[in-house]
Amino acid sequence: MWCGNIRRRSAGCQQRGFWPSFLEASVKNAHTISSQSPISPSPPQSEQEVDKISLLVFITFSVRSQDIRNTVGNIPMEWYKDYPHIGYDLDGKKIFKPIRNKDELDEFLDKMENPDYWRTVQDKMTGADIRLSDEQVDLVHRLQQGKFGDVNFNEYEPAIDFFSNEVMIHPVTNRPQDKRSFIPSLIEKEKVGKLVHAIKMGWIKPRRPKETTPQYYDLWAKEDPNSILGRHKMHVPAPKMKLPGHQESYNPPPEYLLSEEERLAWEQQDPEDRKLSFLPQKFACLRAVPAYSRFIHERFERCLDLYLCPRQRKMRVNVNPEDLIPKLPKPKDLQPFPTTQSLVYRGHSSLVRSISVSPSGQWLVSGSDDCTVRFWEVSTARCLKTVEVGGAVKGVAWNPNPSICLVAVSYDDTVVLLNPGLGDRLVCTATDQLISSYEEPEEVMDQSVQWAVAEGEGHEQGHRLILKHPKAVRQVTWHGKGDYLACVMPDNGSSLQVVIHQVSKRRTQNPFRKNKGLVQCVSFHPIRPYFFVATQRYVRVYNLIKQELTKKLMANCKWISSMAIHPGGDNVICGSYDCRLAWFDLDLSTKPYKVLRHHKKALRSVAYHRHYPLFASGSDDGSVIVCHGMVYNDLLQNPLIVPVKVLKGHTITHDLGVLDVTFHPTQPWVFSSGADGTVRLFT
Amino acid sequence: MGGLQKKKYESGSVTNYVSRNKARKKLSLSLADFRRLCILKGIYPHEPKHKKKVNKGSTAPRTFYLLKDIRFLLHEPIVGKFREYKIFVRKLRKAYGKAEWSGVQRMKENKPAYKLDHIIKERYPTFIDAVRDVDDALSMSFLFSTFARTGKCHVQTIQLCRRLSVEWMNYIIASRSLRKVFLSIKGIYYQAEVLGQTITWIIPYQFAHDHPTDVDYRVMATFTELYTTLLGFVNFRLYQTLNLVYPPKLDGQGEFSLKSECEEDYALESESYSEKLSALSASLARTVPLVEDEEAELDLFPAEGVRYKMVCCSFFIFLFILFFLRSEGTNSIMCCTLCRCFGGQVSWDKSLCIGSTYDETDETITHHIVDRPTIDKQYINRYYIQPQWVYDCVNGKILLPVEEYFLGVTLPPHLSPFVEESEGDYVPPEKLKLQALQRGEKPQAEDDDEEEEEDDDDDDEDDQSEDEDEANLAEMEEKRAQGKSLSVKVTPGKVKPENRMRAEQEEKAEEKRLAIMMMKKKEKYLYDKIMFGKKRHVREANKLAAKRKAHDDSNKADKKKKKKKC
Repeated sequence: MWCGNIRRRSAGCQQRGFWPSFLEASVKNAHTISSQSPISPSPPQSEQEVDKISLLVFITFSVRSQDIRNTVGNIPMEWYKDYPHIGYDLDGKKIFKPIRNKDELDEFLDKMENPDYWRTVQDKMTGADIRLSDEQVDLVHRLQQGKFGDVNFNEYEPAIDFFSNEVMIHPVTNRPQDKRSFIPSLIEKEKVGKLVHAIKMGWIKPRRPKETTPQYYDLWAKEDPNSILGRHKMHVPAPKMKLPGHQESYNPPPEYLLSEEERLAWEQQDPEDRKLSFLPQKFACLRAVPAYSRFIHERFERCLDLYLCPRQRKMRVNVNPEDLIPKLPKPKDLQPFPTTQSLVYRGHSSLVRSISVSPSGQWLVSGSDDCTVRFWEVSTARCLKTVEVGGAVKGVAWNPNPSICLVAVSYDDTVVLLNPGLGDRLVCTATDQLISSYEEPEEVMDQSVQWAVAEGEGHEQGHRLILKHPKAVRQVTWHGKGDYLACVMPDNGSSLQVVIHQVSKRRTQNPFRKNKGLVQCVSFHPIRPYFFVATQRYVRVYNLIKQELTKKLMANCKWISSMAIHPGGDNVICGSYDCRLAWFDLDLSTKPYKVLRHHKKALRSVAYHRHYPLFASGSDDGSVIVCHGMVYNDLLQNPLIVPVKVLKGHTITHDLGVLDVTFHPTQPWVFSSGADGTVRLFT
Repeated sequence: MGGLQKKKYESGSVTNYVSRNKARKKLSLSLADFRRLCILKGIYPHEPKHKKKVNKGSTAPRTFYLLKDIRFLLHEPIVGKFREYKIFVRKLRKAYGKAEWSGVQRMKENKPAYKLDHIIKERYPTFIDAVRDVDDALSMSFLFSTFARTGKCHVQTIQLCRRLSVEWMNYIIASRSLRKVFLSIKGIYYQAEVLGQTITWIIPYQFAHDHPTDVDYRVMATFTELYTTLLGFVNFRLYQTLNLVYPPKLDGQGEFSLKSECEEDYALESESYSEKLSALSASLARTVPLVEDEEAELDLFPAEGVRYKMVCCSFFIFLFILFFLRSEGTNSIMCCTLCRCFGGQVSWDKSLCIGSTYDETDETITHHIVDRPTIDKQYINRYYIQPQWVYDCVNGKILLPVEEYFLGVTLPPHLSPFVEESEGDYVPPEKLKLQALQRGEKPQAEDDDEEEEEDDDDDDEDDQSEDEDEANLAEMEEKRAQGKSLSVKVTPGKVKPENRMRAEQEEKAEEKRLAIMMMKKKEKYLYDKIMFGKKRHVREANKLAAKRKAHDDSNKADKKKKKKKC
């Protein structure tokens, strides 16, 4: 078989040449066709047959070198890779490969010089180089283009339709029909049975009838008012989209376009914080307006709002702001009250902490941080006397008794009683006599405060009595009769915070046994034997005769700074460092009747007028606010409080404005001392 | 003693609310189906008054639905349809997997479908309710009708939206109910008054959308499903009220020849009718043919009052005006709506769009609308104007002078007709001008500006003299302060006129200030808030005014420079 095959092949090769291996793949199909056709197994005998074969395999070859014939058969050629020969000839001798000693350089030169290099291929069967003829090149081209190899082959020959609608007298095939074409199909029966069962069971539904109602019709033909459900009354309709303003126009007025800074600010803002969701832009004509890139986004957000956003019915209060302002009597109708600044008392070089007016209303005393106490004539603003003391003056208080001319001055831990020697000489001498007429009692009491009579230079300056306290004294205040003097020595730890001195007997007593908090200020009741002690948050009212606590006023503030008692004795005002002024009506409640927040900064002092229904408050914001505070004799009528004037004049130094205010005893005038070292009179 | 101990959060407002997850579980729906149901039925979350109580003491953010709403959803037949659809999809997938093509075919034929008619009826028990809520439906429908067939939504949806929006526009033209139009950078806002309801919608400019990725189109599609149903029914009813045929038919006789040559170039046979409808240039067929003409209709209004007549006039501002459009893209369509809504007649180039009624060469054309800097061939007996003129006329309800809108001219600003300035708001000068025109005043000439300038100069002089006076005074004071060598000279003093008005005002202001001190804390807070808002308002208005002034000044300076150069 082997040999026969070879022989036949070789014979074939002689006739029609042999297959160059590079065509093997493309020709393979043709080869298989030829091998299947009944003609190919037998070698070609006649000329005609040779032609046929040549037609089938498309190509005939003539071999250049007759000697070299490959006899290895259809085997992979790499088996002979390492040998110098390929196969054997008929005599059993090796057929040697042509000697190939071309190196890369030769190859390159060949490529450059040989014009036929591109059509030269190597035959793998023999290892020889073959130059392809023109026809062969054509064939390759045609195959590459996907055409048939044969030029003459007509691919669009008319087809003969055997199985057409024309009934032919003879069958196309002569095959007898199967038996199964005569009997009903079991498979089909099974399938139909399944379908029938499924329809019976309702698994398969018959085709739905076509809808006959039109897509749209008059839905509201029968509007029934009863069909409005209760739900619709509860329905909160979604608000409509906001209508666009001028800035959204494609050609807005120039003022609506953003400037460069505004644009930058807009870009840096978070998209949620932006007031405008878009940048206003100007286009010269309608043609130039581009599509808005966030259009779909905005519609989508609207959709989300509609179905995701919780809704709530909100009562919007539409208030006219004017209606919120309380209706008060006009300040004009509440005159007199101080309206203008009329005098400025200059002289102090540091802040004036405390001022006090003589009971006659002719003199004014002021104590300052520059360690002096100055006496002024009220009407002329003349400084009549300057008394130097040994420390920053914390408090001054003129004795309210008109028959005594004494001023209590506190600095450091000392309280000095001064006789200024102003006014009626008789009164002054009477006062001196009163002090000098004191006789030492027999039994000397052990007192916490040391009383000493001033002598020498001090006496000439007006010092009469010097009271040495164990601690720094912050405030001094006189009882209305002028005999008792209360001093405040704020201290957190000890029970000795308030002492009451009796000047005529030179006696001191400590009314409290317990510490009830840091005492801020104290005050005597103008008529009854009551004593008011203001701690940080409460004002305690003690009955001095019964020696018990009668009332505790809750000030509702953080830190009381000052306190004043109405001359009637039933009303108290408290100023606090948290900008509040609380008015207590003692008959009404222990809580404030009214709290005013009219100052912008901490209140430093408050004061009542002795006759007129006025009270004033001085604050760190540099203003003095005078209010009308009418107290009626009728117990049922509540006090009327109306702010009437804001007085400004003090300059703010070191964040401090007005430090003390006090009224003139007879006139509707108010004095204020400030951190700028001045005392001012407003009339 | 008695009774069981009351437990917390078992009575009161907590029983009225249910969280979203609980609601979902109660309805046994997936989140997507729940969302769909809520959208269709118009159920929205409620914000409880006391959130912490309802949230059982927790402050975690949670959305709450009214329990009644959820109970209401329980009876909804559409929930069953959702489930059916879910099962259908499952079966279909199975059939695909098994390659049972006949089964697939059968199932597809029996695809469960639901109708939203009953929901529309339930949500809007009266027709007016539906009309009131049609705003969003219109905007959405117009948006969807501009979508390309790119698979973002069903093609049928797009077609339906287009059909409905065209029907709506046709109704607006037929009923002449358009009131305001605004060209914004987002799109074109339209406002119409339909059966006494103000309806505003926006149409995007005709460009291809670049679809954002962070938008859930399923939500949009569900809304569109509802909106198309609503809009269809509303359209049907509206057409009925006008005795128009629904679906709309073109009025066949006369001006409109059904077959012109260019139609075949423009649209397919099947689409040409709908395209012609959407061109909006022809009137619609009526069930009861109209006897009167438009003019006759005008006379029909009884002379009840001048105001009524005025309104009528504003309806027909474009009466006897023939437009010819030559603007780009489909802006023409929008212009056309306007013109026809207000009594005009419109046509355009045949090659531009289907449905043109008369030719460019027609001698009777009065206004030619062009959105180009220049045009080659101009006819003498017509105005060539930019499209903004039409919009401004519609918003102003008068025929504005055309000079400012000629080709190549810098257009005056286009103002929003929706802004209604209250007291203290900033009013742009263009608006003031328009209001003056509406009142019938003649526009002021350019000379005014110059006069104003002169006035300004005078003011400056006055200021200067005042300044000089002050300077003199200051000098005098200085001299006095230095003291001694003061040249004593008595001059007759001037009587300072006491400004009583001002004093009074000041007094009042002080009274107010003092009264404010006496306010209660709560009221003060409210008052401060109101005043803060007012002040901010004023500040914004002032800022705009200042900006405008700066702009005008710089413009003037430029003009002057140019003049000088000349």
